[in-house]
Amino acid sequence: MIRDPKDLKRYTASERANHWVVGISFILLALSGLAFFHPAFFPLTQFFGGPVWARIIHPYLGVLMALSFVVIFFRFRHLNRMTPADKEWLSKVGQMVDGDDHNMPEQGKYNGGQKVMFWALAVCMLLMTVSGLFIWRAWFGFDITLVRLGAVVHAAAGAVMIGLIMVHVYAAIWVKGTIRAMWYGTVTRAWAKQHHRGWYRQVTGK
Amino acid sequence: MALQSLDIKQRSATTTPAPQARQTVEIAKLIDVSACIGCKACQVACMEWNDVRDEVGSCHGVYDNPMDLTENSWTVMRYTEVEQNNKLEWLIRKDGCMHCSDPGCLKACPAPGAIIQYANGIVDFHQENCIGCGYCVTGCPFNVPRISKKDSKAYKCTLCSDRVAVNQAPACAKACPTGAIQFGSKEDMKDYAAKRVDDLKERGYAQAGLYDPEGVGGTHVMYVLHHADQPGLYAGLPANPSISPLVSLWKGFAKPLATLALAGVALGSLFHYVTKGPNEVSKETEDEIEREDKEEAK
Repeated sequence: MIRDPKDLKRYTASERANHWVVGISFILLALSGLAFFHPAFFPLTQFFGGPVWARIIHPYLGVLMALSFVVIFFRFRHLNRMTPADKEWLSKVGQMVDGDDHNMPEQGKYNGGQKVMFWALAVCMLLMTVSGLFIWRAWFGFDITLVRLGAVVHAAAGAVMIGLIMVHVYAAIWVKGTIRAMWYGTVTRAWAKQHHRGWYRQVTGK
Repeated sequence: MALQSLDIKQRSATTTPAPQARQTVEIAKLIDVSACIGCKACQVACMEWNDVRDEVGSCHGVYDNPMDLTENSWTVMRYTEVEQNNKLEWLIRKDGCMHCSDPGCLKACPAPGAIIQYANGIVDFHQENCIGCGYCVTGCPFNVPRISKKDSKAYKCTLCSDRVAVNQAPACAKACPTGAIQFGSKEDMKDYAAKRVDDLKERGYAQAGLYDPEGVGGTHVMYVLHHADQPGLYAGLPANPSISPLVSLWKGFAKPLATLALAGVALGSLFHYVTKGPNEVSKETEDEIEREDKEEAK
């Protein structure tokens, strides 16, 4: 792909690196976490040097993900405030998923779906981190009821989060020209004009 | 198959049935609290037979020593002074794993084969498969398993599964000088307990009874209590123990459903792509940008 000098910058190098730290730690957490979630996934522990290593490493990866997510959260929070246009977008999302995006309202840097994803992931991250600390026996010894509650919340929020990330990844694969923003930070003007016209106007002045 | 005495009934984190053709007699240990003199011979025998030695602790001013179960103390005597019928009573309960028929530890364990329930009812930890997560502690309604600080593995009473496998009584039962610890088939132990309960009732303990809690499907360590209506008197023995509803929710039907839901999202995405196609930038928009570029170039 020839990169056009007129491509629009969507993410800085630091933002991209931040996203990759969250992403890599999430994938490793999901693989090791699923292993303890249901016996069907237990063989996944072999990716981590065996089940005991998976148990040891998992919470430290969790700390890494939590810290890097906090940074990404404060970087992008102000861009994810819901507006009436977002609500209208969300009400029409069915048409878009069906393959017709002509009736979608104009969106800024993020559309309503991305904003919902952002806040849902933030809530899940908070639940995962707090409940994870409750069940991290290597360092903490909380009251048994808190540990039991932590185990349930951790498993439930984890399952929801894996589902959300699947949608997040699929959306990036589905909308062509998106993934390059994650790799080298730019998108084509046509991509921006079609999917985020408000943002396109803002950065090009057109 | 291995020794019939070690036939497996349930195995942690295993979703397929265990071999069930052979039917083995269920065994049980009966602890007659009313006959216990608190000598701790059982604690010593346990350490001896299992080759575990706890650290020499300090005196806390009470008979309990050590103060709690540890990875090296799989059974401890718990001493409680209570007033019943205007009389002081010294209740001594030998605490340790109850070997539940429906074991919360086994249900919670994520490591295949780390917790085994034998057909005879013994619930045994196989440390070589233990990953040290502590989920067994989370699942246990009796607060029994302990995680070793040395190796992060979970330990508890094995009911001397190695002795029972070769038709020997557990070390604690063998050592008990008063016959307060009996061992045999669960049926025989229930019969024996019934006689002890009758005897206690005759002696004025109207509420004497057998502790074999139904909430965990019955246990393979049972107590004869003089106050079976108040198990809590005996150093907080739970009156109606059962696997916490939180643990059942965590380890129950929710997980297979969540797994199916996730598989649904993955397959749904794939088939969405296949049926609706990618969301590409329209030719129209690309042409617009190109036109603008040309106009600017003029």
